[in-house]
Amino acid sequence: MSEMKNYTLNFGPQHPAAHGVLRLILELDGEVVERADPHIGLLHRGTEKLAESKPYNQSIGYMDRLDYVSMMCNEHAYVMGIEKMLGIKVPERAEYIRVMFDEITRIMNHLMWVGTHGLDVGAMSVFLYAFRERESLIDCYEAVSGSRMHATYYRPGGVYRDLPDKMPQYLESKLRSKEKLEEINANRQGSLLDFIEDFAKNFPKSIQQYSDLLTDNRIWKQRLVNIAVVSPERAMQLGFTGAMLRGSGVEWDIRKNEPYSVYDKLDFEVPVGVTGDCYDRYLVRMEEMRQSTHIINQCVAWLKANPGPVMSDDHKVTPPNREDMKDDMESLIHHFKLFTEGYCLPEGESYTAVEAPKGEFGVYLVSDGANKPYRVKIRAPGFAHLAAMDEMSKGHMLSDVVTIIGSQDVVFGEVDR
Amino acid sequence: MWQSFVDLTHQLIPWFNGSLADILIIVIKGLALIFPLIIMMAYMTYAERKVIGFMQLRIGPNRVGPFGLLQPFADVFKMLFKEVIFPSKSNIYLFLLAPILAFVPAVAVWAVVPLGEDFYIANIDVSLLYVMAIGSVGVYGIVLAGWASNSKYPLLGALRSTALLISYELVIGFVLVTVVMVASSVNLNTVVESQSGGILNWYWIPLFPMMIVFWIGALVETNRAPFDVVEGESEIVGGTHVEYSGMPFALFFMAEYFNMIFMAMLAVLMFFGGWHSPFEGIPFLEGLFGFVPDLIWLLIKMSFFLFLYFWIRASFPRFRYDQIMRLCWKVFLPLTIVWIFVVALMTQLGIGPWF
Repeated sequence: MSEMKNYTLNFGPQHPAAHGVLRLILELDGEVVERADPHIGLLHRGTEKLAESKPYNQSIGYMDRLDYVSMMCNEHAYVMGIEKMLGIKVPERAEYIRVMFDEITRIMNHLMWVGTHGLDVGAMSVFLYAFRERESLIDCYEAVSGSRMHATYYRPGGVYRDLPDKMPQYLESKLRSKEKLEEINANRQGSLLDFIEDFAKNFPKSIQQYSDLLTDNRIWKQRLVNIAVVSPERAMQLGFTGAMLRGSGVEWDIRKNEPYSVYDKLDFEVPVGVTGDCYDRYLVRMEEMRQSTHIINQCVAWLKANPGPVMSDDHKVTPPNREDMKDDMESLIHHFKLFTEGYCLPEGESYTAVEAPKGEFGVYLVSDGANKPYRVKIRAPGFAHLAAMDEMSKGHMLSDVVTIIGSQDVVFGEVDR
Repeated sequence: MWQSFVDLTHQLIPWFNGSLADILIIVIKGLALIFPLIIMMAYMTYAERKVIGFMQLRIGPNRVGPFGLLQPFADVFKMLFKEVIFPSKSNIYLFLLAPILAFVPAVAVWAVVPLGEDFYIANIDVSLLYVMAIGSVGVYGIVLAGWASNSKYPLLGALRSTALLISYELVIGFVLVTVVMVASSVNLNTVVESQSGGILNWYWIPLFPMMIVFWIGALVETNRAPFDVVEGESEIVGGTHVEYSGMPFALFFMAEYFNMIFMAMLAVLMFFGGWHSPFEGIPFLEGLFGFVPDLIWLLIKMSFFLFLYFWIRASFPRFRYDQIMRLCWKVFLPLTIVWIFVVALMTQLGIGPWF
């Protein structure tokens, strides 16, 4: 009899469930996974190195492209790092806008996650339902920054612009009837805040819809319950953060434990799992969407009541008013300096972390006093999660590997950087 | 109707001697069945995409022809003109034999399917047995495809399908046994005939659990969601189809859809009274709907089951393959065996109008 050999399967990078460009070398015994070896780096774009050769402001756009489904949260960490080192104060309204968009981003990310996770496990409809809601949120991005994905909206010192008073509407086209046009523009009559408020009002119903399709579905439960159980101790040792850690039962949320921005003024709860399996992580993320909606509601109420500046008036860092530039020499110089040289950070280093939808997203900045960072190190949550792939999938079947990838919610923009 | 057609053919070709004429008639009959089937299959893909599209807030195909109605033809032409790629280390003969082995049984089972009282190609005594036998041959196509591709994902798919089909053949076999017990016949025509006399005489009442088991078994046998682990788009990419392109792939595809139509047809024939009107025996409605031909009733019932395929596909996540096996051996098999005894008991006691 010939010697039995394990079956080595090259899973990805061209694989429908690889979530981009994951390459997994799986050693299978039948269908049971004996070893899973993730190979990364296929989406390496050298973000950290690129940032070293550019003035600080020009790297904000690169942050969007790290975790390209939770764009503004990445910006937030980077921008906060710069603010911390400069020691500038951000207007409160800007902080609320940032928090609101952080939570919008969180919902966007989780919608993407629930859709693709469903698709991985074989439930194809949830994906399209989730994208229906995601479209509205992307419209919010567009309304506020002009870009549907890579917004570059947060700037050191505040946010680029105040929220628009008018929500952009769908235009007439030969493919849309008048009634249809009125229907889809119905919630776009007022300001952006009205639109977001309307969204937050209806969104719990949508979450319920996904929940109806999945949460108590026996097949869904069979596929997720007790798959890839991670104990709380192990989860901490592996460096898990975000929903992966909370799913294991550790109550750790940077928004609560080390509040940044205005999170300490807002009321929300941190959902925590019990067993630490894929199903718990699923439930945690679903609840996070509800909590985010709650936060968005509070922010909208505050923002409606408190108009004010959204950008610091320290024009060494923020662009001056265009009108002032016409007859104020100093403004003109500020503008010229800012858009050519940028600004210099004092010598030193800082680490700032935000609770990104996927976990702790941190930016470690080292400055030698120049207008460019000496070193930028990005701590991506997905990297630590993916590193646990082998441990999580050992002993499970090939189909479960797909579930685990979905449950980890990895995006290769941030893993490979 | 069928008989008159046959008589006509006999009159038209007197210059053939008897046996040759018979063969010709069989060929004509076969073609008369296969062409509508192919059209049906083509439009089933269209219906599937439209139905699932609407369920998922999409539009579905709408570019080719009005409402996208010519889409199936566009697909066919695309398939026809695509290059057939042979994996460099595959066994070409087996590689090409596989789709044929999958397709031929899928068509051959239709020989015994009665579409009306005297409307069939062959009326053999043991047609249910024939269905089982030919249906099992189709597995070889998939297994061979997985083997001949000499590639890893197809092999995994082939292994999965072998395990699944062997297990579920057994369950479906037992379900057929209960049907045979109730009908006291192995002939499909007789099975349908013995259900005549109204909706309450159909076998879905005494065999209700069997009907559900059969339908789930049918989903497995045809590799449809939520049991589509053999293709397993998100797991093993496309399973046995990975290395196939062009017409060989189309043959697999057609085989799958022929099997789907056939399973829907079998469900109707065995549990839902075949071509009998659901209003039989109801005084007023029977007359009102009397003008509807038998074939239409059959097709309406069958379409419902086809719709069920799409509906299920849009709703459920995919099972893991060991879970399907567990479902088979630990749930369905005991259930069917118990129900055989229940049916035996009911037959002995003569309960209801069915025995």
